[in-house]
Amino acid sequence: MSSTRTLISPAALARPRGKAVYWTVFTAVVVLFAVAFLFPVYWMVTGALKSPDEVARTPPTLLPEHWHPGGYTDAWDLMQLPQHLLNTLVQAAGAWACQLVFCTAAAYALSRLKPAFGKVVLGGILATLMVPAQALVVPKYLTVADLPLIHTSLLDDPLAIWLPAVANAFNLYLLKRFFDQLPRDVLEAAEIDGAGKLRILWSVVLPMSRPVLGVVSIFALVAVWQDFLWPLMVFSDTGKQPISVALVQLSQNIQLTVLIAAMVIASVPMVALFLVFQRHIIAGISAGSTKG
Amino acid sequence: MTKTAERRRVTKAAAHQVPAPPPVRDSRRRRLTDQLRAYGFLLGGLLCFALFSWYPAIRAVVIAFQKYTPGSPPAWVGTDNFTRVLHDPEFTAAWRNTLTFTLLALLIGFAIPFVLALVLNELRHAKAFFRVVVYLPVMIPPVVSALLWKWFYDPGAGLANETLRFLHLPTSNWSNGADTALVSLVIVATWANMGGTVLIYLAALQSIPGELYEAAELDGAGLLQRVRHVTIPQTRFVILMLMLLQIIATMQVFTEPFVITGGGPENATVTVLYLIYKYAFLYNDFGGACALSVMLLLLLGAFSGVYLRLTRTEGDA
Repeated sequence: MSSTRTLISPAALARPRGKAVYWTVFTAVVVLFAVAFLFPVYWMVTGALKSPDEVARTPPTLLPEHWHPGGYTDAWDLMQLPQHLLNTLVQAAGAWACQLVFCTAAAYALSRLKPAFGKVVLGGILATLMVPAQALVVPKYLTVADLPLIHTSLLDDPLAIWLPAVANAFNLYLLKRFFDQLPRDVLEAAEIDGAGKLRILWSVVLPMSRPVLGVVSIFALVAVWQDFLWPLMVFSDTGKQPISVALVQLSQNIQLTVLIAAMVIASVPMVALFLVFQRHIIAGISAGSTKG
Repeated sequence: MTKTAERRRVTKAAAHQVPAPPPVRDSRRRRLTDQLRAYGFLLGGLLCFALFSWYPAIRAVVIAFQKYTPGSPPAWVGTDNFTRVLHDPEFTAAWRNTLTFTLLALLIGFAIPFVLALVLNELRHAKAFFRVVVYLPVMIPPVVSALLWKWFYDPGAGLANETLRFLHLPTSNWSNGADTALVSLVIVATWANMGGTVLIYLAALQSIPGELYEAAELDGAGLLQRVRHVTIPQTRFVILMLMLLQIIATMQVFTEPFVITGGGPENATVTVLYLIYKYAFLYNDFGGACALSVMLLLLLGAFSGVYLRLTRTEGDA
C-alpha cells in the first residue's frame, strides 16, 4: 500500500468496513473500465473475424461462431492497406525528422546563440500558440497549393505534411526551455576546447537532451498518424493518401467485416507504440500538468 | 559594445603596452559571423513558421474581403463574404451546434474524467493497468474511433441498441436522429479523448499535500466536504486549464461529424469547422471559408489568450 495520504485515510481503509467498501469500488472500477474501454476494442477485433452474416445478426454473438481471418486478408489486399500504411509511415517519419532537425536547430539558436531580435522571433513563434491550427487550414491549404515566390504546388506530396509540421510552436518551445536549463559550464568547457556551434549541438547538447527529444518524437509521430482534416485536404490522389483518409474514403462501398478489419490494422501501429512506450508517454502527459 | 567604446578600449590598451587585443574590424566581423551563424540555425524553422503559420494567418484576413478562386486574380469585395455567410441558414446551425457540442462536452466530457480521476487516486492496486486502459482509446486513430462508433450506432445490428434491447430498454436513433445526433457525437469524443484529461488531473491530485486532508478530517470534514474544501481548491488551476483546453479543442471538432453523420440529419451536426470545409471544397467559395475562419479565429484566439495568460502567471509565481 502506498504511504501517501489521499482523500481517504489509511486508517479508514484498514477497518473491516473500509476494506469491504474499497474492494467493492475496486471491482466496480475494473468492470467499468473493461466494459467502457476494452470491450469496444474487443468487439472491433472479433467483429472482423465474423462472417458477414454473423456480424449483422441480432442478437449478436459474443464470440465468432466460425473464425474468418479472411476479413483481415481481404482488407489487406482489397483496400491496398500496405500502400496506405507505407504512405502514413513516410509522412510521419519525414515530419518527425524535419521537426527534429529544424526545431532543435532553431531552439538551440534561440536558447544559446543570442540572435539579434531573438525575443521578437520567439514572440512570433509563441503567438502561433494562440491561433488554433484547425482554424487556419483553408489559407494554409491555399499556400501549400501555390507556394509564394516559387509558385510550386505541394499537393499530393509528402512535403505538404513534413514542412508544416516544423511550424510547431509547442515542440519548439519545449526544446528551447530544456536547452535553457542545461548547465552553462559544460557548454562553455566545450567552447574553450574549440568545438564549433554545430559540434556543441551535436555532441554535447543533444546527448544531454534525450528525455525531451523522446517526448518531442512521440508527439510528432502520433500527431501525423492521427491527423485527418489536413491530409484529407492535401491528398486527392488515392494512391498517396494516408490510412486515416483512405479508411473514410473506402468505408462507403466496402463490406462491413472488411472495413472493421482495416480499422483494426490501422490502429495496430499506434497501440503497439503506446504499449511499448506506455511508461514514458504516461509520465510525459502527467508531467505536463505540473509544469504548466 | 558600441564601436567608439571598443576603439577607446583598444587605444587605452595600446597606451599601456599590453599585448594588443584583436583589432576592431576582426571583432565586428566575428559578431557578424556569430549573427549569421545564429540565423543559419534558425533559418529552416523560421521559413516554415513564416510560410505555414504567419502567412496563412494574414491571408485568412485578406481573403475574407476578397472574391477568391484559385488560378484567377482575386477581387476586393468589401464585407460581401461576411454578409453572405451570415445569411446562410447553415451558419446559425453550425454555431449553435458547435456551442452546444462544447457545452455538452464540458458537462459530460469533463465531469466524468474528473470523478474517475478522483476514484482512481484512491485505488491502491493495479494503478498501471488503469492508466494504460483509460489512455488506450486516445491512441486509437480518431478516424477509427469515429467509424467504430458509427457501427455501434447502426440502427440495425449496432452494439448501442443491442445493449439497450438486452437491458429491455427502449432503443434510440443515436446518431441518426435529429435530436440525439449531437449527444451521440459528444459521447464518441468523450470516449476517445478523456484519457488525457484523467491522466493530467490524476497527476494534479497526487501533488496535494496529505496533511491538508488530515487537518480537514480532524476538523470533522466528511468525504464530500473534503472534496469541496481541499481537493477542488488545491487543483483549481489545473481544472481551469483543462477546461479552457477542452473548449478550444471541442470548438474545432470536425472528424466525428464528418465521418459519423456527414453533418446530418437536417444539419443537426454541422459544426463551424465542417462548414469552413464545405465552403472551401464543396462550394469552392474560399472568400466565405476565410470569413468564417476569421470569426472562429477571433473567438478561439480569445480563449487561447486567457489560457496562455493563466499558465504564464502561474509559471512566474
